[in-house]
Amino acid sequence: MAEIVSLREAVAELVHDGDVAALEGFTHLIPFAAGHEIVRQGRCDLTLIRMTPDLVYDQLIGMGCARKLVFSWGGNPGVGSLHRFRDAVEHGWPAPLEVEEHSHAGMAAAWAAGAANLPFGVLRGYTGTDLERYTTATTITCPFTGEVLAAVRAHRPDVGIVHAQRADLAGNVQLWGIVGVQKEVVLASARSIVTVEEVVDELEPRPGAVVLPTWAVTAVAPAPRGAHPAYAHDYYDRDNDFYVAWDPISRDRDTFRAWMERHVLGTADVDEYHRSLSAAKTEAAA
Amino acid sequence: MSADLGYTADEMMAVAAARRLHDGTVCFVGIGLPSQAANLARRTHAPGCVLIYESGTIGAKPTRLPLSIGDGELAATADTVVSVPEIFAYWLQGGRIDVGFLGAAQIDRYGNLNSTVIGDYDRPKVRLPGAGGAPEIAASCRETFVMLRQSPRTFVEQLDFRSSVGYGDGPGTRERLGFTGAGVTAVVTDLGILEPDAQTKELTLTHVHPGVTADEAVAVTGWPLRVAAALGTSEPPTSSELETLRALTSTLAAVGS
Repeated sequence: MAEIVSLREAVAELVHDGDVAALEGFTHLIPFAAGHEIVRQGRCDLTLIRMTPDLVYDQLIGMGCARKLVFSWGGNPGVGSLHRFRDAVEHGWPAPLEVEEHSHAGMAAAWAAGAANLPFGVLRGYTGTDLERYTTATTITCPFTGEVLAAVRAHRPDVGIVHAQRADLAGNVQLWGIVGVQKEVVLASARSIVTVEEVVDELEPRPGAVVLPTWAVTAVAPAPRGAHPAYAHDYYDRDNDFYVAWDPISRDRDTFRAWMERHVLGTADVDEYHRSLSAAKTEAAA
Repeated sequence: MSADLGYTADEMMAVAAARRLHDGTVCFVGIGLPSQAANLARRTHAPGCVLIYESGTIGAKPTRLPLSIGDGELAATADTVVSVPEIFAYWLQGGRIDVGFLGAAQIDRYGNLNSTVIGDYDRPKVRLPGAGGAPEIAASCRETFVMLRQSPRTFVEQLDFRSSVGYGDGPGTRERLGFTGAGVTAVVTDLGILEPDAQTKELTLTHVHPGVTADEAVAVTGWPLRVAAALGTSEPPTSSELETLRALTSTLAAVGS
């Protein structure tokens, strides 16, 4: 049964230095608040998995939390580069970052295999690309047809973290809209944290929604507006200005560090983070 | 391209690409220029064009241009939303997509694409976002369209990294690799359109946009670009195409302000 705890407690208890950790979200329901809490608690040496590492991974990498990144597309969606990620790969700042690179289809197969408790996933993929030389994917021959297929090691993180719209008092989780690999991450991980917009008495059934029963989740932590600047379908839209503003903030090491110190290290939780951003906006307008 | 044509090179590019999509085409759409062109097609001559985004949205009918591949607008207007493992396994690998629509940082004469690194992989000069969905889109869709502005930096003799395969090293590569799709059948640029030669599979300039000469396209291509004997000229955008495209791009500017 999932325990409903504060995000601070969840991260303190379930995320350890050196863990293989996945904070997933396919442009939707990205667990920013949880990423920020990991930075606050100074976790390091993490192997981070994510199909589409974006700003929250840029922040974790730039703050020195990561040792390795396993991914398939790393950018600021709709804007451009992730400058902290690039600085780590191109110049080893603040620390060298090992990368293990895949295609989306390969990552998706690795998540599905992890959720299914299989050692590897199988797909037609990577063939003929240079990725074949640089990734951990390999090939396997179909025992029935002889076809040579790609095999990817299953993702089995120590801890998987996703954001969702809501949970009930018993810790059952409900999410909808673009569901990405949220379900697979929770089921593939040894421990899981789901941050939610709200905890309600009872979940109303919704067509097409994914439900994660409480007994499949380790901890549920309330984090209203915890996906900001990403969006939570039917709760709030993507803060596109933030994605655009992140480009100059993250371009420079000192500007980045100052931003993180003020809005993440200098705040206690997601509510304070939002107050801090509002204050900065008011200052800029004055 | 001079401004007196009444439209920009990017607008011509979007229109030329959109015209390649037909009513009923099932299209796997990349973000940026491809998304712009696919949405234009759906609002002009191909209202039944099915837009699929890798975030799992099938049959998206966005009322504005999506800001990202996983924009909530795509989910809100889709026929159905499926998980990311499902979109890649059942729909793309399952062979249900007509056209894959890609961008890239570099392309070579065989339509192979690089979206991974500029320079050496281990010590890159520029670390690009990475392959994303491209390797399997380029392998599995019935055909692939590419949109890329033409310059010596983007149209190169030798890719720094092969993120996805067009025709590999030439004729026979796709068959040897067991790909089900035909490969890159059109590269739409700001200068014209390139299509593979039926025998050699080498990308050949088959159309220039109005006001562009073949020499100009050859001059900015990093390999000795072949020009088709029967070189065509693209029809300029119609006023209704331009109006629709501008209305579309203004939706992006409105959100991004």
